[in-house]
Amino acid sequence: MGLETKPLSTLHEHASYDVDDFVVPTGREEEWRFTPLRRLRDLHKGAAGDGKVIVDVAAAPEVTVETVSRDDERIGRAYVPADRVSAQAYGSFAQATVVTVRKEVVATEPTVLTMRGEGGVAYGHTTVILEPFAQATVVLEHTGTAAYADNVEFVVGDGASLTVFSLQNWASDAVHLSHQHARLGRDARFKSFTVSLGGGVVRIAPSVAYDAPGGDAELYGIYFADGGQHLEHRLLVDHTQPNCRSRVDYRGALQDEDAHAVWIGDVIIRAEAEGTDTYELNRNLVLTDGTRVDSVPNLEILTGEVAGAGHASASGRLDDQHLFYLQARGIPYDTARRMVVRGFLGQLVEKIDVLDLQERVMAAIDEEIAR
Amino acid sequence: MATLEIRDLHVSVEDKEILRGVDLTVKAGETHAIMGPNGSGKSTLAYAIAGHPKYTVTGGEVLLDGESVLEMSVDARARAGLFLAMQYPVEVPGVSVSNFLRTAVTAVRGEAPKLRDFAKEMRSAMAELQIDPAFAQRNLNEGFSGGEKKRHEILQMEMLKPKVAVLDETDSGLDIDALKVVSEGVNRFRSGDTGVLLITHYTRILRYVKPDFVHVFAAGRIVEQGGPELAELLETEGYEKFTKAGASA
Ligand SMILES: Nc1ncnc2c1ncn2[C@@H]1O[C@H](COP(=O)(O)OP(=O)(O)OP(=O)(O)O)[C@@H](O)[C@H]1O
Ligand SMILES: [Mg+2]
Repeated sequence: MGLETKPLSTLHEHASYDVDDFVVPTGREEEWRFTPLRRLRDLHKGAAGDGKVIVDVAAAPEVTVETVSRDDERIGRAYVPADRVSAQAYGSFAQATVVTVRKEVVATEPTVLTMRGEGGVAYGHTTVILEPFAQATVVLEHTGTAAYADNVEFVVGDGASLTVFSLQNWASDAVHLSHQHARLGRDARFKSFTVSLGGGVVRIAPSVAYDAPGGDAELYGIYFADGGQHLEHRLLVDHTQPNCRSRVDYRGALQDEDAHAVWIGDVIIRAEAEGTDTYELNRNLVLTDGTRVDSVPNLEILTGEVAGAGHASASGRLDDQHLFYLQARGIPYDTARRMVVRGFLGQLVEKIDVLDLQERVMAAIDEEIAR
Repeated sequence: MATLEIRDLHVSVEDKEILRGVDLTVKAGETHAIMGPNGSGKSTLAYAIAGHPKYTVTGGEVLLDGESVLEMSVDARARAGLFLAMQYPVEVPGVSVSNFLRTAVTAVRGEAPKLRDFAKEMRSAMAELQIDPAFAQRNLNEGFSGGEKKRHEILQMEMLKPKVAVLDETDSGLDIDALKVVSEGVNRFRSGDTGVLLITHYTRILRYVKPDFVHVFAAGRIVEQGGPELAELLETEGYEKFTKAGASA
């Protein structure tokens, strides 16, 4: 482990465990051109891990959570870093968290890992393994502050089903760069919710690879960028196997000066991935002047035999017609605006099937709107 | 006694004058029908009364009980007692009918109804309009058929109990059964000493909702008025002679 290089895709040719295989980004590279490098606190230039992000664990009774050293053999098997910060994180973390759900075990409650930043620069690694036919929900909740780079691996075995929440509730000066890679076995189901509300610079890269036919991935994202916040989500779904399905739906709202949202949606359907069914969508609601949205869907189809493939991206203002209709029924402007924004993001929040999480996310969105 | 007074109203859309001096007074207990050809400005009148931002009032007045509504925001007009049933009700994603109705009722009445009372009120109002109770959980107007949208407009009117309601082609797109159900709703509403301004193309609805006055609208103004018999005349003779009158006026 650590030396081999294997290409992840045509879009991310370069993958390596070794940070020196990647040049220090200048901001001109395709994968870095939207990211404010100056605000990364040198995570891309080999910053030493002088800080701390503490991991608190609340595991479901059926689930094993271990803290292991970096030479544990379960680490790094599902994912090879695809950019410099990811490789830096891979080479720098001291301890990793490994979550295991044994074969056919069904976890009765969510397993929550709280990553609490206590300042400084920190690197982390998390590996979640669902053995065949296991079922579990894992919550990664990020709070506090740090400049934090990490990699998360999700290994979803044959017939297993994993739901993941990554909640970015950081303090406003935090920097977080994360790769979250899922590998799906035969008929495996993977559902992820990425909710980015807090943090100064947040750059999350969820990716999905299929090891066998029948895999099903649903990737949902909700974000709310306030003044000065940079929230970036870079998705990659690599269909290498026949008859797999993927859905991507990311929605965000932006308000105030220099709120910046970036969404990159890369989907590749390779020649051998016949019968692929994929759709990706990104929508942004621009609430004030001074914000910026970069939304780039990219669908690469290398086979003639797809079951369905599409993408859409739309960014726009609050719809005057919506506001007029609500106001014409006596509802004051501020309330009408809140209802429309809430409705827009709420359609994704509704899909969160852990009730108290659903309520918490909705309440956090309400707070953002009221700001 | 509520009175809506429209005096010499001029309205432009994108710098194009659409309404060219409309005078009309609707008193509580009266039902006025406005009939006129496509594009004559009927919806423009309705939207201007409601305060849609796209429509600019360039002259004249709109008074509700002597108070000018033109300075009021859209929502303040609704709270003052104006209601517009829209020709094309708007779909609002992610906002449920029940949440919307409760928020609107709270705003208009000035206090939140008790959840139980509200649920009961909504259910019975829906039942009278033969609306499936499951619609309460659906997103506002999203995926509703034309007729379902119109029935929901009347549902809102009945629950918000305005002083004066403007119904913009509420009858269009309704089959005969739905037309009867909606007409009954309008008749329930007008029995409560309220004013109704009914905009329509066809005399069909006027068989169920008998107007006290009929106005013919052409080229942005009222060109003829009379009683219910005027509607019959329009039915047999069409708008043509009035359109000419409007254009040359
Ligand atoms: N938002 C708008 N932008 C541009 N033009 C408009 C707009 N609204 C109305 N108009 C124009 O104003 C004129 C009157 O339109 P209005 O909708 O009021 O007619 P109407 O009498 O309600 O017609 P219909 O019977 O078809 O409903 C038309 O020529 C129309 O094209
Ligand atoms: Mg019209």
